[in-house]
Amino acid sequence: MAGKTLYDKLWDSHVVHEDADGTCLIYIDRHLVHEVTSPQAFEGLRLAGRKPWRADTLVANPDHNTPTKDWEKGIEDPISRLQVETLDSNIKETGALVYFPFKHANQGIIHVIGPENGTTLPGMTVVCGDSHTSTHGAFGALAHGIGTSEVEHVMATQTLIAKKSKRLLVRVDGELGVGVTAKDVALAVIGKIGTAGGNGFAIEFGGEVIRALSMEGRMTICNMAIEAGARAGIIAPDAKTAEYLKGRQYAPKAADWDKAVAYWNTLATDADAVFDSVVELKGAEIAPQVTWGTSPEQVLPINGRVPDPAQEQDATKRTSIENALKYMGLTANTPIEDIKLDKIFIGSCTNSRIEDLRAAAVVAKGKKVASSIQLAMVVPGSGQVKRMAEAEGLDKIFTEAGFEWREPGCSMCLAMNADRLSPGERCASTSNRNFEGRQGQGGRTHLVSPAMAVAAAIAGHFVDVRSV
Amino acid sequence: MKAFTQLNGLACPIDRANIDTDAIIPKQFLKSIKRSGFGPYLFDEWRYKDHGEPGMDCTNRPLNSDFVLNQPRYKGAQIMLARENFGCGSSREHAPWAIEDYGFRVIIAPSYADIFFNNCYKNGMLPIVASHAVVDKLFKECEATAGYSLNVDLTSQTVTLPSGETFTFDIHPTSKHNLLNGLDEIGLTLLHADKIKAFEGKHKAAQPWLFA
Ligand code: SF4
Repeated sequence: MAGKTLYDKLWDSHVVHEDADGTCLIYIDRHLVHEVTSPQAFEGLRLAGRKPWRADTLVANPDHNTPTKDWEKGIEDPISRLQVETLDSNIKETGALVYFPFKHANQGIIHVIGPENGTTLPGMTVVCGDSHTSTHGAFGALAHGIGTSEVEHVMATQTLIAKKSKRLLVRVDGELGVGVTAKDVALAVIGKIGTAGGNGFAIEFGGEVIRALSMEGRMTICNMAIEAGARAGIIAPDAKTAEYLKGRQYAPKAADWDKAVAYWNTLATDADAVFDSVVELKGAEIAPQVTWGTSPEQVLPINGRVPDPAQEQDATKRTSIENALKYMGLTANTPIEDIKLDKIFIGSCTNSRIEDLRAAAVVAKGKKVASSIQLAMVVPGSGQVKRMAEAEGLDKIFTEAGFEWREPGCSMCLAMNADRLSPGERCASTSNRNFEGRQGQGGRTHLVSPAMAVAAAIAGHFVDVRSV
Repeated sequence: MKAFTQLNGLACPIDRANIDTDAIIPKQFLKSIKRSGFGPYLFDEWRYKDHGEPGMDCTNRPLNSDFVLNQPRYKGAQIMLARENFGCGSSREHAPWAIEDYGFRVIIAPSYADIFFNNCYKNGMLPIVASHAVVDKLFKECEATAGYSLNVDLTSQTVTLPSGETFTFDIHPTSKHNLLNGLDEIGLTLLHADKIKAFEGKHKAAQPWLFA
């Protein structure tokens, strides 16, 4: 009998019940909650007279609507404020393992605070009413986003109704060049398999490049698995995973710790396990990436040129290139390096952790943001990240270079708070989605790594970070 | 979820084809944090002469007296008569939430948009598919007769008209079972509560650190 993949092991160890047609009830170990997708779920529970099955699995925090400056003024938009206050009162009623209300010292993006507090562990199932829950797969946890009805279902039953996915292995072997990061790997993978390439699959990322990445880099890759169409991206836990978790507040302690690590070590895919599909990339061939269009798969290496629809044979693809160029205000064949920017955003659950800020600060140090840039902002992923960065003096490096140093939150990743692009504005962003209007109506987003975003801020246009 | 077995209720005819969920509940109401309370905003743009916003008190808003829901004879209606492709457009679950909150429990139409149709069951409503001929007849009789009520019986899958005439309708056995017993997906899953607890016991023994 063939061995099991990491995904098989995670799945099999959580099946509570299986129907004749393969539909399963999967036990959920961790439920992350934010203010936007949870209010109707809490209300549904109340209306049905139900209580959460296990409130001690909840980790909650407002992030989408919270402002990133002038915290003393509170939340000015009354509708945003109400959503945040509703989360407060809901958690007050049900209880939670962890709750960081607005302005709490540890508040941040839900996908940043989960891991940094040790509430995301290998072998777990993790859900959240948010598609970027895939981030937590970096720990060898089965983690994916769910809808509001499912949020209610998980709260009420501690289970999710689900069918098993197919298994896709994305293997990145060799070594990354200097200046090439996890974000570039993620974008290169999406460029290769497309935004629907992972549909119906759980992606396991493996290979030398993945093993060599830090936990933070692994989170960046798994974060973007959803942009490749996969609800879950996973990476086998190893010594680095354990080292990252050791001593974190909610990580196992004492005798439990050794037992946990021993268990985590059994989770890796067996040598004789079979995947439904395999995609391979060579690390050395990956250059810093920049998206040029309105889908993460519309991505090119920094030394590329914006595509020419006239060269595209496929009519559907041609139309989508034409539409993207029109929305993005770009001309075919323009070198990526000639694209000028208006705003720079460093943040989001993809790239707002301490390592991302360190990588950005290395490029920013002693330099100045180009005068043509209207706003360059750094939004740390959490209060803890912010304090760590300040202790290392990174905030000074950024502010001296002309960046704004903000309070943690989702911010301009989705522009639900006051941080947004105006129509026609062009932004180099370290977030994960370049959809039309994502960062503000009519706004134009180019996805890049933190180092590439800083290099673009200094030059006023995209440049190859390897040359600065 | 509320069970549905039988209902004798006033019918109200909404005579327009392809009514989309945006018309049923306009987009500004999606900012709401609630699943209930959408009833006053059902068909907001057709029902009122001013622009509605979430949280607005609707009691003093200027009514469009031409719109059928505003006619006194349809006050308290629980059965909606509708035309083809009802509930098309955006998948917002707010649409069935609004219809149910207003007080409707049954919709009778020749056809529905898929997602809307399924969302109805999730919210304790019965969407009945009837032939064009039957729907036409119901519209005609309803408009001609004040206080026109229908008797809908889910167990026997029948609708009885005031004349005593009866027609039958089809429903997926699982949907029928769930609706008759007031079971939503959560309710169904909770039928496995013992299995969940047993799993939890094993899981806790193996990985105690997952249980704070
Ligand atoms: S940072 Fe962006 S992608 Fe991440 S949770 Fe917030 S809004 Fe979603």
